[in-house]
Amino acid sequence: MSGSSNKKKPATKLVPVPSTNIIPERDINKSPILEARHLGIDFGGLTAVDDFNMAIGRTEIAGLIGPNGAGKTTVFNLLTKVYHPTRGSILMDGRDTAGKSAIQVSHMGIARTFQNIRLFRDLTVMDNVLIGLHHEMDYRLSGAIFRLPSFWRGERIARERARELLSIFDMQDMASYQAGSLPYGAQRRLEIVRALATGPSLLLLDEPAAGMNPSETAELMENIVKIRDTFQIAIMLIEHDMNLVMGICEGICVLNFGRIIAKGTPEDIQANPAVIEAYLGKKGE
Amino acid sequence: MKEKKPIRIPMPLRYGINLALILALWGTFAALIGQGAITNYWSGILIMVGINIILAVSLNIATGYLGQLPLGHAGFMAVGAYAGGIFLKSTPVADLLKAGNEAACLPYVIGALVLSAVVAGIFGLIIGIPALRLRGDYLAIITLGFGEIIRVALTNIDSLLGFKFTYGAAGLKRIPKFSGFHLVFICVVLSCTLIHMIMKSRHGRAILSIRENEIAAESVGINTTYYKTMAFVVSAMLAGIAGCLYAGYLGSLYPATFKFMKSIEILVMVVLGGMGSMLGSILSAAALTILPELLRSVADYRMVAYSLALVLMMIFRPKGLLGSYDFSMSRVLEKGINGLRGVNTGKGGGAQ
Repeated sequence: MSGSSNKKKPATKLVPVPSTNIIPERDINKSPILEARHLGIDFGGLTAVDDFNMAIGRTEIAGLIGPNGAGKTTVFNLLTKVYHPTRGSILMDGRDTAGKSAIQVSHMGIARTFQNIRLFRDLTVMDNVLIGLHHEMDYRLSGAIFRLPSFWRGERIARERARELLSIFDMQDMASYQAGSLPYGAQRRLEIVRALATGPSLLLLDEPAAGMNPSETAELMENIVKIRDTFQIAIMLIEHDMNLVMGICEGICVLNFGRIIAKGTPEDIQANPAVIEAYLGKKGE
Repeated sequence: MKEKKPIRIPMPLRYGINLALILALWGTFAALIGQGAITNYWSGILIMVGINIILAVSLNIATGYLGQLPLGHAGFMAVGAYAGGIFLKSTPVADLLKAGNEAACLPYVIGALVLSAVVAGIFGLIIGIPALRLRGDYLAIITLGFGEIIRVALTNIDSLLGFKFTYGAAGLKRIPKFSGFHLVFICVVLSCTLIHMIMKSRHGRAILSIRENEIAAESVGINTTYYKTMAFVVSAMLAGIAGCLYAGYLGSLYPATFKFMKSIEILVMVVLGGMGSMLGSILSAAALTILPELLRSVADYRMVAYSLALVLMMIFRPKGLLGSYDFSMSRVLEKGINGLRGVNTGKGGGAQ
């Protein structure tokens, strides 16, 4: 694991990529892991998201912020194919995800957590992670029924891996607990572990710090950076905690009424009048 | 004092313990039947207990583990029963049984059981693919409909075919009575083992994840359609085997046996025992088979008692008698040994 480089975050310079999107400079030699082009969805007559353009660098931590109801979670649901976009396209690792299902998108390397935690509540912590590791094991149904060597090997390796992943958040001792009985913060962390277990190249975190106290949030920030450094993956997060967003995100995208109103580094965003207006309202109103 | 570590029974020994337990149970029953302590009447009931256990544990895959509510289980049982029955009537098993040559029947009987499982499995696949696109009440209604279609088809298919095939409402008679205690016992053990082996593997966990949260299951890449169908087909196959044993026990089949109420009866066993608990299904299947026999004098009120029991369950123990608890002899032994040694196993609320 890489050391304490996250203590003082080096300022990231964002550079434009061909489709007018921006990604961190260090990722410029590689194509962006995810690119959304003119993405939009209508629910009946209501346009929830429109003309959403974004690129995420291979090892970027990106933020998606905006007032309540701006359409942030809808964007996540579009990227993970919970909803299918009405307009526009999503390129995951250069490949178009049009017509793909949520399952296929997961296999393409997008993993996510949910705003309202969706754990397998009645199963153990270990089982939750093992389900994330489902495709890590390759034994067939016959292997399971007759307990062939492939079963034992697959299970052993997966369990070791699960313990390793749990240890990121120091949760390896909770392996036999029922997931639904965990404290709120631990449930959020378990969801991240489960998402990581699928071996993603892009991790989407929907309000990972919701309901956490400041010290838990600080720890979470360190862990998010640690995950990025260890696994060398891109992370995109929705969050209302501005300390977290401004502290670890490199590129930030601000959404209001389903449209992007600003894009840039934390410094750009903080100084952007449109963002201030979206959050605080117009002067003199 | 040196800190003692809790003892964990290693895997091969765990299987050994379970095998010993099963053999002991088998030996006990076999001895009791052999000595005449269990009369013919009661060994018949034991066979029905076994058949109902297979039905209950198989339905438990779809309700308890997969979390759906199919109401057409009797349909799969009927398919298996008729497939096995018709097949065996066309073989010389009846004559062989009359001649007392039971060993020679075995290949035919195994063939019938496999055929029943396969045919019921195919029906499960045909019904499962459209039905599993629905959820909750809708799935319940559509499977109920399919179950009834199977029964009505069995009643009327002869006039369509133009020759005697299922013998309609008059009933398929003179099926060789091959279902003995030992065969049923083996089938019960194999069914339960099969389910256990599937459920304690990545495939079983995938099935459970669908019950727990389908959206999350998809988000981690579980092919939910595949696993739903798989669970449904395995459930139907085992019901088919139970049906075949049923045909071989009674010797005659009537479509009216496989009415909607039969499906409900099986469902009651599962719900009463606790959805997702194999031991619960086994115990309640046994209890709900034996009790009506003991209470023959008030048999008319059985359905009243069923509904009353279900209502009371929903109020006092909505998760069933055993919830999702599953018995493990090894765990009990571990607890006992570690308790004697004064070691705390230090396990937190582990619900397996």
